[in-house]
Amino acid sequence: MAHLDLNDDSAVVIVGSGAGGGTLANSLCQHGLKVVLLEAGQRQSPATFHNDEWRAFNQLAWLDKRTTSGSWRVARDFPNLPAWTCKTVGGTTVHWAGASLRFADYEFKTKTYYSKISGANLLDWPLALKELEPYYSKAENRMGVTRTNDIAGLPGNNNFKVMYYGATRAGYKTVHTGRMAINPQPRDGRGGCMQLGFCFQGCKSGAKWSTLYTEIPRAEATGRLDLRTGAMALQVVHDRQGRASAVLYADAAGRHHLQKARIVCLAGNSIETPRLLLNSASSMFRHGLANSSGQVGRNYMRHTTGSVYAIFKKPVHMYRGTVMAGIILDEARLDSGRGFVGGFEMETISLGLPFMASFLNPGAWGRDYTRRLEQYPNMAGMWIVGEDMPQESNRVTLNTGVKDQFGLPVPNVHCDDHPNDVAMRNYAYKRGAAVYKAAGAVETIEVPPYPSTHNLGTCRMSEKPGDGVCNKWGQSHDIKNLFISDGSQFTTSGGENPTLTIVALALRQGDYIASQCAQRNL
Amino acid sequence: MRRREFLQKSALVIVGTAVSTAPAARAATGGEQWPAPLKTLSPAQARTLLKMARQIYPHPGLDDACYMTTVLDLDSEAAVSPETAKLLSDGIAQLHSSGSGRFDDLSAEQQTAVLVKIQSGSFFQKVRSVEVVSLYNNHEVWKRFDYRGASYPFGGYIHHGFNDLNWLPDPPDAASPKG
Repeated sequence: MAHLDLNDDSAVVIVGSGAGGGTLANSLCQHGLKVVLLEAGQRQSPATFHNDEWRAFNQLAWLDKRTTSGSWRVARDFPNLPAWTCKTVGGTTVHWAGASLRFADYEFKTKTYYSKISGANLLDWPLALKELEPYYSKAENRMGVTRTNDIAGLPGNNNFKVMYYGATRAGYKTVHTGRMAINPQPRDGRGGCMQLGFCFQGCKSGAKWSTLYTEIPRAEATGRLDLRTGAMALQVVHDRQGRASAVLYADAAGRHHLQKARIVCLAGNSIETPRLLLNSASSMFRHGLANSSGQVGRNYMRHTTGSVYAIFKKPVHMYRGTVMAGIILDEARLDSGRGFVGGFEMETISLGLPFMASFLNPGAWGRDYTRRLEQYPNMAGMWIVGEDMPQESNRVTLNTGVKDQFGLPVPNVHCDDHPNDVAMRNYAYKRGAAVYKAAGAVETIEVPPYPSTHNLGTCRMSEKPGDGVCNKWGQSHDIKNLFISDGSQFTTSGGENPTLTIVALALRQGDYIASQCAQRNL
Repeated sequence: MRRREFLQKSALVIVGTAVSTAPAARAATGGEQWPAPLKTLSPAQARTLLKMARQIYPHPGLDDACYMTTVLDLDSEAAVSPETAKLLSDGIAQLHSSGSGRFDDLSAEQQTAVLVKIQSGSFFQKVRSVEVVSLYNNHEVWKRFDYRGASYPFGGYIHHGFNDLNWLPDPPDAASPKG
């Protein structure tokens, strides 16, 4: 691993080591660039992960204070935990379930395809599926996605057996164990899936792709990566010409350091990335960096989600094996005849008993609630993930009344469900219940959204600088050596789990930055 | 789980508790054997919190030992936080004054009615939020819910029942390869 001097202004500084930042770091190092990777969290490994929900949560989750507002139920149930993301090397790729789905072509062009939706700030991506396809292919190969590259599907667990039987009886046609970045057999230096049942807690077998043990060590092997852990970015600094010139960060002991930079890439997830831009306001950029459009922090999206759990007469033991063990793809389609625009997936999900007690109906208590919990062994579960509408008023702002441990304003996450989101969720709840009833469920339970794992938008791509924050390469419209490298770039959310698209965009951005550097444009 | 099996496991928990807790503090009023000494709460206060905890997440098959962890967690927090200590002390007093008699002596239905009255308050929310973690994170409770937890130590569920459901047909190989 390299050690770069704080005054080395040839360094590309990347903030965040997850799907976007970790992948970009490796891409740039392979291209011969020197990279300083700032990660706020500490480095773990499969050996240090815990097969224990609360212990792992405390080890991995981003727990710095945040506030919430708006009518979304998360603001009531988890007022200081709007998102369930990670603060650790590898970011949320440590926690993710592994579902790796490509966007459909229409999902890049929602303004074109969807009729005008009141209150939705729809915009076409400045990017078409065709342009991203080669990078989707590269991403699938390096992540080892099942059902691509001649990799077999994973074997389904008990939770999937219930889903499959119910879904096919309910008339669904495309139901299988998914496209997962989880090795059925050892591949590419990673182990095979042991069906541990703790995908969310960090995969102890290393079967699930994470930048922690793929991209990052490979970048380190080039001798060009300087990974700094416990390094919390506080401000992006610019020079008199208005170009990003350095990143101010605090180390684990709270000492401040200023790392000079040739290029700055932000990949701190869709809450921290806009927060950092807003916290970097200066006399030249009074409303924050890259914010001449006023769109930084706006159009926060979290996917339309919810879960359906069902109780059966006989045991399921859904917690055994991969958490996202299978998928129903039929509802992911362009069809506004269902009372909403956008598509959604139904994917198995399971929680261990500790989290189930906290999430089945947050805040509920009493015998009616515990009677349901006692049915835990006989439960099957699915998660709904669908496209949500970008809204200007759903946004990340600075809460100047509340400061974090570094003395900076914490992010406030405001979210109101759009009527389209509500219509989709209610439809999906009914379809999920129909699946389980077709498999003999005696009771189905509609579970409200958990703290958001898919955090998108907030620094979106746009063709015109007035409509968004960055261009089709993730390069900010205002500052050409400042890039957005995570899910913040998403113009709209699509209905798919976002990681594969984040990785594909990072690989594409890496090639772009390298070519721009070679041409001395950066 | 079968009823008999459930009861047998309950019995085992009681034996296990008695054996594993060396010098248990015996409360003067209630006679509970606390698995660890109380730091801040009086035995009477602890006993009331135990009754409260049982009504918040009632599981008739679980014995008191499963709920004592919640009380001990609250007690530990009160030992380092005067704010929590006062919240608990005031809250317990409120429990006794909100019903037709001391909370401990009320019927389960009456206790629940008292809790409904105070459920939006910070005292109730403190107890509930500590309990939802400590009760359902208790490995003895896991056994009663047929939840096995960590599988890495025995090689994962891949050879321990991840696909042992046999009351529905297996999906075809194309949907779910045998692996």
